[in-house]
Amino acid sequence: MSQAVAPVRHVLIEGNKSYHNITEDLCSPTEKAPTREWIIAFSLSAAFLALYVFAIVWTVWKGIGEWGSNRTINWAWDITNFVWWIGIGHAGTLISAILLLFRQRWRTGVNRAAEAMTIFAVICAGQFPIFHMGRVWLAFFIFPFPNTRGPLWTNFNSPLLWDVFAISTYFSVSLLFWYTGLVPDLATVRDRATGFRRKMYELFSFGWTGSAKHWQRWEALSLVLAGISTPLVLSVHTIVSFDFATSVIPGWHTTIFPPYFVAGAIFSGFAMVQTLMVLTRKVLKLEEYITINHIESMNKVIVLTGTIVGVAYLTELFIAWYSGYVYEQFAFYNRVFGVYWWAYFGMMFCNVVSPQLFWSRKIRRSIWWTFFLSIVVNIGMWFERFVIIATTLARDYLPSSWSYYSPTWVEISIFTGTMGLFFTLYLIFTRVAPVVAVAEIKSILKVAGDQYVGPKAQKQHDHGHSAAPVRNEDQNAG
Amino acid sequence: MAAHQSTKVLYGLYNDEEDLKQAVKVANAGHLDIMDVFTPFPVHGLDPILGLKESRLHYLGFIYGAIGALFGFGIMSWVFTMDWPLMIGGKPYWAVPAFIPITFELTVLFSAWGMTLTFYTICGLWPGVKAQTLDNRITDDKFCIAFDVTDGADDTALKNFFSRTGAAEVNIKTL
Repeated sequence: MSQAVAPVRHVLIEGNKSYHNITEDLCSPTEKAPTREWIIAFSLSAAFLALYVFAIVWTVWKGIGEWGSNRTINWAWDITNFVWWIGIGHAGTLISAILLLFRQRWRTGVNRAAEAMTIFAVICAGQFPIFHMGRVWLAFFIFPFPNTRGPLWTNFNSPLLWDVFAISTYFSVSLLFWYTGLVPDLATVRDRATGFRRKMYELFSFGWTGSAKHWQRWEALSLVLAGISTPLVLSVHTIVSFDFATSVIPGWHTTIFPPYFVAGAIFSGFAMVQTLMVLTRKVLKLEEYITINHIESMNKVIVLTGTIVGVAYLTELFIAWYSGYVYEQFAFYNRVFGVYWWAYFGMMFCNVVSPQLFWSRKIRRSIWWTFFLSIVVNIGMWFERFVIIATTLARDYLPSSWSYYSPTWVEISIFTGTMGLFFTLYLIFTRVAPVVAVAEIKSILKVAGDQYVGPKAQKQHDHGHSAAPVRNEDQNAG
Repeated sequence: MAAHQSTKVLYGLYNDEEDLKQAVKVANAGHLDIMDVFTPFPVHGLDPILGLKESRLHYLGFIYGAIGALFGFGIMSWVFTMDWPLMIGGKPYWAVPAFIPITFELTVLFSAWGMTLTFYTICGLWPGVKAQTLDNRITDDKFCIAFDVTDGADDTALKNFFSRTGAAEVNIKTL
């Protein structure tokens, strides 16, 4: 093979695919009958979803007194879980927007699934504040609209209202971004389908033809959406952190919260992407699209953000001591050595210590380690939110109202139930749409111009790539 | 774009985007009037040789965003200074810094929705629109150049063009 190959570029997709191979590999999971693994996973998820519905009906029927939250610890599992899910929902937009702007072309293998994950995670997150309102049938009061009560408006100075705007904007913009990216791929599935399936995909692909002008506008739209999603994704968790930071509770009232929450969100989001990708690539046989290189790149992001989070934890402790302010010092002493000391040490171990293993290239490139550590990180990030919320509230200004919180079966069911909701949605998604962006993968297939398949090709596409100096092992892992 | 009277289309399919780009250059040199080009993915470098001007969608994105910002900031200012001034913690009625987060979110919201809806509208893409598909493989691995031959003029020049530029298939379809 001629040496028109740039040695620094390594292949992003393995297995010397042709365009048709890509279509075949990525669309076929939506066309075949579900596998046994899928059916088992779906049944399990649906069972948890049913548990969720039951626990929610119970909550709405009996009231949120059924939860373990009390007058002192009035935010507990609900807000912990809300922040946890919102954090997970950050990786998708980060991968699709920020990595697009940084021209990280490997993102193409994972962006579609990560964006879907974002949307499903935000749906799960939204459940908690909505049902925490108690009288959920009045939930629409959170939106400012002309009404017969004055009109009585919402409080635009409240970070909780900012959150309403941030989360709903984030959800709808992510949905637009994801779906617009999906339209050409749904058209690909449509053009392979017949009968009723074809009719359905005709409806959902909006009449996409692949015209040059449409592609041009589609790319312009994607780029601008990426551009505005980047500050959006950073703003969302910043505003979530304002829920705490703008209060006057020692331990919450800190300016470090916005960057620390955003780093934590990226950290947990990537961990959840890893959990899902390791499973998805195996079950759907997408190892050539979501390669070890992808997993390694994401592990690098995890070790970076995990370390940022670790620095933030230590900074918080230092600033509390340095402030000389006794309530602040007590809040942090209590956080580390108080009644919930086990949550603090769990958080420290899972979020700060465990990701450091990813400095080892071997561990970073190991599927089993990645899967295991991604779960550990998600547990750690859950602890982080629990530590911030429950520990701080448990020991407030007035020792007579100090309290302890443990969840009831209703809260445990709602939390595990949202996982059922999440995985049910994700599993349905893997059945109805290509989990890897088909068109975008095709556009990054040729990294070296040696994969020309037209009539003037020296030889047909014979998978004879052996002479190419571009193998994974060769790449500089920097 | 989807005219209701039928359009007769002569189209050629290429196997590789490089062939497509070469063919478009040849068509330009021969003053052939390309109706449209269809590809399975965005082919970079195609727009300038097709003579497509840069999309102006991003200008609209800016305008929609500006409308969102003014709308959000304006409505909050009006509510808190004129419609129902509310004293919150002794802070000023017109609490500009506190309005920033919502103003920002509405900027993004309006910009994203405005641009996306504009995109679908100007492309004529909506649920229920039937795709004017020339060939099912265009969304898979074929690159298509289409000519409008409804007027029934002599199309030998076009067929010659396709065979000269290495089209894998040439077909006629009435849409």
